[in-house]
Amino acid sequence: MVEALYNLFGGEGPFLYFLAVIASILGVVLPLTIAVAFAVYFDRKIWAAVQMRRGPNVVGPFGLLQSFADGIKLFLKETIIPAGANKVIFLMAPMITFTLALISWAVIPFDEGMAISDLNVGVLYILAISSLGVYGIIMSGWASNSRYAFLGGLRSAAQMVSYEVSIGFVLVCVLVKVGSLNLSDVVYAQEGGVLSWHFIPFFPIFIIFFISALAETNRPPFDLPEAEAELVAGYQVEYSSMAFALFFLGEYANILLMSIVMAILFFGGWYAPLPFLDFIPGFIWLFIKTALFFWMFAMVKAFVPRYRYDQLMRLGWKVFLPLSLAFVIIYSGVMVYAGWLPTNG
Amino acid sequence: MDLASTLPAAAFWLFAAITVLSGLMVISSRNPVHSVLWLILAFFSAAGLFVLMGAEFLAMLLVIVYVGAVAVLFLFVVMMLDINFVELRQGFLQYLPIGALIGLILLAELVTLGTAWTFGGDIALNAAAPMPALEQVENTAALGSVIYTDYIFIFQTAGLILLVAMIGAIVLTHRDRPGVKRQNIGKQNARRPEDAFELVDVEVGKGVPMPTKKG
Repeated sequence: MVEALYNLFGGEGPFLYFLAVIASILGVVLPLTIAVAFAVYFDRKIWAAVQMRRGPNVVGPFGLLQSFADGIKLFLKETIIPAGANKVIFLMAPMITFTLALISWAVIPFDEGMAISDLNVGVLYILAISSLGVYGIIMSGWASNSRYAFLGGLRSAAQMVSYEVSIGFVLVCVLVKVGSLNLSDVVYAQEGGVLSWHFIPFFPIFIIFFISALAETNRPPFDLPEAEAELVAGYQVEYSSMAFALFFLGEYANILLMSIVMAILFFGGWYAPLPFLDFIPGFIWLFIKTALFFWMFAMVKAFVPRYRYDQLMRLGWKVFLPLSLAFVIIYSGVMVYAGWLPTNG
Repeated sequence: MDLASTLPAAAFWLFAAITVLSGLMVISSRNPVHSVLWLILAFFSAAGLFVLMGAEFLAMLLVIVYVGAVAVLFLFVVMMLDINFVELRQGFLQYLPIGALIGLILLAELVTLGTAWTFGGDIALNAAAPMPALEQVENTAALGSVIYTDYIFIFQTAGLILLVAMIGAIVLTHRDRPGVKRQNIGKQNARRPEDAFELVDVEVGKGVPMPTKKG
């Protein structure tokens, strides 16, 4: 993507290269931010539809501009810093959350060759960045100097660390089949229509991945860090205005990221499901698949009640961890026995 | 000015400076939570240095394992502690001589190592596997093809040692206390309505006899 833009600009000198990098970053971040705004709107709409309400319908046609109105409202409000708070860390936490939510998108291949950076260790990069995401939450919980925020932060940290393990094992299964940590290679391995997509051979671990992704992004039914009934709003209870908006945007950007990662790992990335549909550009397919997963995230929020904390921990450590570990052994055993291991590299 | 050579050099100095500075802040900041946060920054910029050396796999592992898991636990413990800052500063001078002595010994050892270290002449012959050029093979694949073939037993031994350490830590700290109410998920799921309650038609003015306790 950077190279293509560089050549488009004329392909001369470091300044133009720098410009091409900036342009491609903006080309990802701006649509992403707008997508996040609409994701919030659709999340609320779907939630409302399940509960037979109307949802946001006042600002703009069908309420489409609701998120922007909320954004402007938050932008204009005063940032309140609690008296006992650790000011620097308190303000740094939402920035870290938002930045980390954005930089994961650097390795996502939107179409063939359309990634800001086509890293050889793209899958590990995403895992690393998502494991960093816990810092924004734990820092905000501690710096707020409030019991509710601190409890929320601790819960969230424990939750994210627990479910990362099973996500890691699920990734190992897929990577053993693909033979590369490059996200583009993961997509190339699923070429040839819906039957060669990974969700068919990897269906059980795809389910594990989806549930772990819900826990990793602190979505219902695993939204214990912000359980409003017991912790008011968890780690973000002391935050107002833009600081809160950054948390909110970061959360939804992470949900979209998990959706697109599932589309890439299990649903063939930018490939069309049937060969005769190839005329539709790849990034549109990826967008449709991501939207499908986002819809699933929203539906789960609408009709699954919240877990209890001990149930959550039990599910992570005593159910998913042994299951995903067993699947790593089964899948790699079958692949070694049948000689299906990839030979490249 | 060649972009291909200046940019990595500038990035190296940037990451190196951040690593050293945040390392200094780890030991000099008053608040232990700040120390851990500086430590995380040090880990992170060390990962940046790994990337510059072309060891992207190690860089990612450093971030995932140290920053993503180990430092989170550090932060957990430090945040939970109720630390008295005044008490923490006391006795600084008392411990200074022995601390400085240990530091000096370590520094001397490092210097000796750095100056006296030589590679044997036949290193290329002794290496377990011939090394392909860096450009030809992916970092991850290269590591995997060495670790899981030539060094498989050492690798497995390292894993076993970690397992033993983990089991040891659990055995040492785990205490079976009497009187702890613990959930038995299987028992809960096996519970049926018949075991838990019975429907009784109560006659007016008679009341119900006390239920007999079941299972």
